[in-house]
Amino acid sequence: MAGFPGVDFIDFDSLLTGDEKLVRQTARAFVDEQVLPIIEKHNREGVFPRHLVPQMGELGFFGASLKGYGCAGMSNVEYGLVTQELERGDSGLRSFVSVQSALVMYPIHAYGSDAQKEKWLPKLQKGEALGCFGLTEPQFGSNPGGMLTRAVRKRDRYILNGEKMWITSGSIADVAVIWAKTEDDVIHGFLVEKGTPGFKAWDVHGKYSLRASVTSGLAMTDCEVPAENLLPKAEGLKGPLGCLTQARYGIGWGAVGAAMACYDTALQYAKTRKQFNNRPIASHQLVQEKLAWMITEISKAQLLAYHVGKLKDAGRVDFSKVSMLKMNNVWMALECARKSRDILGANGIVDDYCIMRHMNNLESVYTYEGTHDIHKLIIGEKITGIPAYM
Amino acid sequence: MKIVVCIKQVPAKDAPLAMAEGGAWIKETDIGFEMNEPDAYALEEALRLKEKHGGEVIAVSMGPERSKQAIKEALAKGADRGIHVADERFYTLDPLGAARSIAAAIRREPGVDLILTGLQSDDQGFGQTGVLLAELLGLPHATIIMQIDVADGRMKLKRELEAGWFQWVELPLPALLSIQSGINKPRYATLKGIMAAKKKEIVSVVRAELGVDEPATQHIERIYVPHKSKKTEMLTGSPKEVAAKLVEKLRREARVL
Ligand SMILES: Cc1cc2nc3c(=O)[nH]c(=O)nc-3n(C[C@H](O)[C@H](O)[C@H](O)COP(=O)(O)OP(=O)(O)OC[C@H]3O[C@@H](n4cnc5c(N)ncnc54)[C@H](O)[C@@H]3O)c2cc1C
Repeated sequence: MAGFPGVDFIDFDSLLTGDEKLVRQTARAFVDEQVLPIIEKHNREGVFPRHLVPQMGELGFFGASLKGYGCAGMSNVEYGLVTQELERGDSGLRSFVSVQSALVMYPIHAYGSDAQKEKWLPKLQKGEALGCFGLTEPQFGSNPGGMLTRAVRKRDRYILNGEKMWITSGSIADVAVIWAKTEDDVIHGFLVEKGTPGFKAWDVHGKYSLRASVTSGLAMTDCEVPAENLLPKAEGLKGPLGCLTQARYGIGWGAVGAAMACYDTALQYAKTRKQFNNRPIASHQLVQEKLAWMITEISKAQLLAYHVGKLKDAGRVDFSKVSMLKMNNVWMALECARKSRDILGANGIVDDYCIMRHMNNLESVYTYEGTHDIHKLIIGEKITGIPAYM
Repeated sequence: MKIVVCIKQVPAKDAPLAMAEGGAWIKETDIGFEMNEPDAYALEEALRLKEKHGGEVIAVSMGPERSKQAIKEALAKGADRGIHVADERFYTLDPLGAARSIAAAIRREPGVDLILTGLQSDDQGFGQTGVLLAELLGLPHATIIMQIDVADGRMKLKRELEAGWFQWVELPLPALLSIQSGINKPRYATLKGIMAAKKKEIVSVVRAELGVDEPATQHIERIYVPHKSKKTEMLTGSPKEVAAKLVEKLRREARVL
């Protein structure tokens, strides 16, 4: 079977180097051969495809843009092309990789001590250890600064108390990056190992979205960790927000992949499905309008992702640009999923096709890592100088 | 073992092909290119032999500048270095011309133990380059190889014949083998492999400077898209008769049974 040919209306590929294309080729072939054949089953059964982890580690997908500790040291555009292809497979799988890479490996790499890096990064890179990122709490989502989780110093240990919610990979993680306030009310990151007494994880059931990804709640009840588990170089909300900028960047590319999968499915379907006088539905203006809208938005989203990637490589990106990328691309992907679902008619609702899965997944992606509207407020603050969150 | 793998870059499988002016080749702008799939199996076999017996794998590709990408892919998957035989008009070469040029490039490499090629190229499909290359280099060769066992400077080779038959042959080294597609499962290039390939050497030799510029003995007159004609034939008779006729047609005309 021939693999996914890609979606490229504006000769986007002419922007890419040979190496960038090779990276995409690897991720693309992996998704075509290993993910697509199994993902509907995993999604239906609500099971994370854990068997893919070692191979993803070997291929270098975890922490791909980090340097050292066995990481590949890819450029941001190369890393983005990986998340694009992974999310063309499934947003849940891409979420797993984003969390492992941007929300666990990145903070250890950027804020961790040498000992923490030595201990965790090589294992996380290989997928021998899994990680999760605990910021959101039941009462604090868009406003994580209000978090209630506390870390109290007791001699050479910290005692953590609090609850985290909606944590991707929470119950399967070997190490959790937990954000908590110390007694001076400043947010710090702590590495909490699986099995630490007082640390409990349970799974959220009944999800209609990201079913192939694990989502958990975490509870810390007098959970003691050694003081050296504190991430020494992160202080205040900018610690976790720095991680989110990394993850949001990957999501901006990932959403393009989900949109491509939906668009490609709808295009093929529209050319073969016949109604009225035995003519393909693609021959109708109303259907063409939807297809033309999608390919236009996908092309714009690709260019935005590429440009932000280049800025990031040059060290010239600030979080508000990444907000625009995440906001625009996830919105456009969700719209593509809805229009594609429409084009497939009744067939659009069953999991013989990928569309409804992507659509449901994208509802989570629209919300997590800063909701769509929160990104509007971030951009709004940037251009007006006036924060409008309150 | 010092192993040379010959790798061609061909138009991507899904590329929308258009004829170039003159009608003897396709328009190369606006389409993507990829490693010839049969060659990917040869490369994988070379890498596995190296992993088992040590040595080095050299990827050789002839073609315009773009064909370096096929070499890069080979390097990213684990080949040690590359040789690019540069020729912007290489599509005008016939298989003999191609084999002569590649032979001249390989002769510059002392001590090659084994040369591997794919069975054929996915674009022109002559399937001759490997065999001609062996002849020009004076090497023993075998084709349609399904398994390679190397021991004591000799190889035991499994060849695929028709109708599910196989044949075992023995060959001394050095030699040339054309690898059957499907012999293995080619690996993906890892991201680290892609990074490492940036530091590996690709030597370019200009084909015109190899001293093998003899006129082609064969050239492409015209290529064209076959006319699609739909011919519907109604089979009549009882269901039993129709089924028998259908089976006959599938066997004799469509040749799918
Ligand atoms: C599948 C999934 C996985 C997740 N994984 C993780 C994870 O790994 N780690 C983690 O820490 N978190 C994770 N999250 C949590 C996610 O980041 C939060 O859900 C998100 O930040 C939104 O918070 P909330 O759900 O509490 O919504 P709220 O903050 O309650 O927002 C609800 C609505 O109110 C709007 N709103 C809120 N404040 C304002 C305002 N000031 N102005 C205008 N509108 C506003 C929002 O835009 C939204 O429409 C995950 C969530 C999901 C669904």
